[in-house]
Amino acid sequence: MIEIKNLHKSYKMGSNSLHVLKGINFSVQEGELVAIMGSSGSGKSTLLNILGMLDNYDEGEYTLDGVLIKDLGETKAANYRNKFLGFIFQSFNLINYKSAWENVALPLYYQRVGRKDRKTKAEKYLASVGLKEWSDHLPSELSGGQKQRVAIARAMAAEPKVLLADEPTGALDSKTSHEVMDLIQKINDEGKTILVVTHEEDIAHMCKRIVHLKDGVIVRDEVVEQVRVSSYV
Amino acid sequence: MFSRDRWQEIFETIRKNKLRTFLSGFTVALGILIFTALFGMGNGLKNAFYEFFVDDATNTFFVYAGTTSEPYRGFKAGRRVQFRNDDIADLKKDFPMYVDYITPRINRSFLTKYGTESNTYSTRGVGPAHQFNEKTIIMKGRYINENDVKTQAKSVVIGRLVEKDLFPNGGDALGKYIDLGGIAYKVVGVFQDDGGDNEERYIYIPYSTLQLTELNTDKIDQIIIGYKLEVGYAGAMAFDKSLNRYLRDKHNVAPDDRNGIFIRNIADVVQQNMMFANVIQLVVIFVGIGTLIAGIIGISNIMVFVVKERTKELGIRKALGATPGNVIGLVLQESIFITTIAGYIGLVLGIVLLRLIGNSLEDYFIVNPSVGTGTLIGATLILIFFGAVAGYVPARRAAKIKPIVALRDD
Repeated sequence: MIEIKNLHKSYKMGSNSLHVLKGINFSVQEGELVAIMGSSGSGKSTLLNILGMLDNYDEGEYTLDGVLIKDLGETKAANYRNKFLGFIFQSFNLINYKSAWENVALPLYYQRVGRKDRKTKAEKYLASVGLKEWSDHLPSELSGGQKQRVAIARAMAAEPKVLLADEPTGALDSKTSHEVMDLIQKINDEGKTILVVTHEEDIAHMCKRIVHLKDGVIVRDEVVEQVRVSSYV
Repeated sequence: MFSRDRWQEIFETIRKNKLRTFLSGFTVALGILIFTALFGMGNGLKNAFYEFFVDDATNTFFVYAGTTSEPYRGFKAGRRVQFRNDDIADLKKDFPMYVDYITPRINRSFLTKYGTESNTYSTRGVGPAHQFNEKTIIMKGRYINENDVKTQAKSVVIGRLVEKDLFPNGGDALGKYIDLGGIAYKVVGVFQDDGGDNEERYIYIPYSTLQLTELNTDKIDQIIIGYKLEVGYAGAMAFDKSLNRYLRDKHNVAPDDRNGIFIRNIADVVQQNMMFANVIQLVVIFVGIGTLIAGIIGISNIMVFVVKERTKELGIRKALGATPGNVIGLVLQESIFITTIAGYIGLVLGIVLLRLIGNSLEDYFIVNPSVGTGTLIGATLILIFFGAVAGYVPARRAAKIKPIVALRDD
């Protein structure tokens, strides 16, 4: 599903340049649930941004579902993002003046799905994250965990190939964190490929594979015994 | 551009951000209101100007005779030049391609009486064509006609105010005989004139009749010529020149004598007056455009601020698959929409204001201030165009925002 070869990325800061990714090689198969771990400054967010086509890279190759992602125009990148990827952010990034279902329906709007179909689909995905009754509520009327579930429903609504989660539990307490991870595991059970960036050990161990990043290189890539959230309860 | 979804997005944004929308709309509406009001006032000033100077026909030459100041062809200087009836006939015969109408004018002043009422009025001996030159409007009866001239009839046409003076309490002058310097004339017509009260205190009689009462002379004071409009300004100037040459030759006046014969060319005077009026209008337009530009700068600033405020939202949209085109379209369409609506409101308010002012500022030389439909449509289009320009720059900037920058947590 994801193929990365010898990926380099550096940021220019005035006359200096900061080499963040120093040759990453890594691939993800369909249906995997991968955690990317590393301390701050290890380059994990940069990697995720490149994977999410939110940022471009300097050197190497990145192939997503057989399509080479390199030097895309803005418009093309936007279309690929819409078609291939679903995003889950640490701070949810819901649009605050849109209701839950309207937020979920937004990627569908950019897929040119008709308004009626959008609503039906959005409500279906809201129901699947257990928020059917909340579809007309604004984000400000929802709790943190509910907001993240709306965000997950939004990421799912476009039916992407890959879900990218950037510290999805970073802003949540441990109980809601577990609820969110439970949801992510269930989505993975249905065969969706998911990448989770995190710095929390216990969250990482809820995935099936952990990639450790340090100073811009992968230091360890291991398959782990998945800890099911349901076993906690 | 016209998709229902896009409009729903825009209406939603506007609804959620009422203050922002109000402020930007207010800027535009105020700008257009001031623009319309100023423009209308300028037109009012121009209208007043027209009323003062451009009442009479503009395709007219007034030919005056004077006293020569140079000797020529054996004649001494200081000779009085005199036009006669045969000048009229000759000009008609020799300039058919230019002359639309031609009439003599003899100026006199008579004590005029009817019953117990009497007053002194300027009286003009004229031909039928004089009506076109003064744009005289007949209220009742008729003007002097060819038959009056031919038969030297004692017919008279009087102004509205002359009738009012001599026939008080709404008396009807038509068919009555009035006394003009001791001779009875029959009133055949009453006229009005847009040129003001003075114009309505004239009395017109056939020039041939006036000549008859003065020992049957054939002398005339002035010649008034209306030239054909289709010859245009250049044609009028050429006619002016050849007419001058022709009359000087006929009356033995030196070609460069400044005094013998004058031709007052209204086209020239009108041209000058119009230029002045246009300068007034130009100044007004300049001020109006200045106001408009100030409004546009205002809305540009607000749009920049709006985009800044929406950075995060636009970043989210981009992450979810909005193309730069989508983002530009969204911001641009909102800005055009607000400018158009607000501008339209400003226009309507401006027109209402002009209507309310109406002719109440006539003392300040502002008559019937108004703005033409063409100008209004033009202003609206300019407005939409500048709304687009004012929206485009921040919209393009919005589209260039990288989602990662927009979504950064801090």
